[in-house]
Amino acid sequence: MLELHVIAILMIIAAIVAVEIDGWLSTVVAVGAVGTGLTLAFLFLKAPDLAITQLVVEILSLIILTRATVGLDAPRIKLDSRRLSIGLGILFIPLFILFVKKMVADLPAVGSPIMKMGQYYIEHGLKHTGAANIVSAIILDYRGYDTLGEATVLLTSVVAVLIVVRQQGRKK
Amino acid sequence: MKKEPGMSMIVKRITRITVSLIFLFGVYILLHGHLTPGGGFAGGVIIALSFIHIVLAFGREEAMKHLNEKLILFLEPVGGLLFLGIALLGLFGGFFFLNILPKGQPFRLLSAGIIPLCNIAIFLKVGAGLFTCFIALSLLRIDRSDKGDK
Repeated sequence: MLELHVIAILMIIAAIVAVEIDGWLSTVVAVGAVGTGLTLAFLFLKAPDLAITQLVVEILSLIILTRATVGLDAPRIKLDSRRLSIGLGILFIPLFILFVKKMVADLPAVGSPIMKMGQYYIEHGLKHTGAANIVSAIILDYRGYDTLGEATVLLTSVVAVLIVVRQQGRKK
Repeated sequence: MKKEPGMSMIVKRITRITVSLIFLFGVYILLHGHLTPGGGFAGGVIIALSFIHIVLAFGREEAMKHLNEKLILFLEPVGGLLFLGIALLGLFGGFFFLNILPKGQPFRLLSAGIIPLCNIAIFLKVGAGLFTCFIALSLLRIDRSDKGDK
């Protein structure tokens, strides 16, 4: 799991760069580096479906963010009290690490035998649905109801974007 | 020299070649969603990206001459309703989202019952929705620059 640790460290560095660097375009590029690192992490964890989706959504959001930030000269909000944020960070980071350590201890190790539920899908998925890709079989057959809700969320967000943008256009 | 909309001639020439390849790859990812990694969501985003590629390279006005904005807006809810309709078809067999179509032989393109149809419905939804969002947001940017000039 050395690769995953290297990728995680690079992603943390890119996230810190995204917060601290000057200029919006540099921030967008650093955010893109975080997303690409996540794609690589999915690939190393042997989840190609997630990796493909993460990569294409990352590209799309980068294009939209780049178009939105090029030529934008809005000033960035600077925190007035640097001391307060550092203090809160020192307080919360050990707390966070403590809880994550407790949580990870209960999880099975990466790559260890699959849990009961997943084993059922892997054994019967091909026979029940006839789909060779088990991920498709689960999201569109066993868990189709979830996907329907997800599609509704996407419809709502598109409608919301169109409503907001339209009002902006009409004020002119 | 007259200012043309969009990017330089090199970008436009390359775009003419690459757009069809990106589109074809999206269709492959979409139609093989039940056999190989991918599926409706990833295929829809890739096909939307191929259209966004055209809009970025040729400029919004030039590209929208050839694309019907009303049709794209219409396709988005159609995808959602198609997905709901496939789910309701399962009621004929007993319950919601039942896979009533024949399963076919595994590892063939025509197999897995309703799953390829669901993939196509999700593709319409995701592709049209995200492309509409992109077009709307680029319109917003143009509006803002107009206000700045006044």
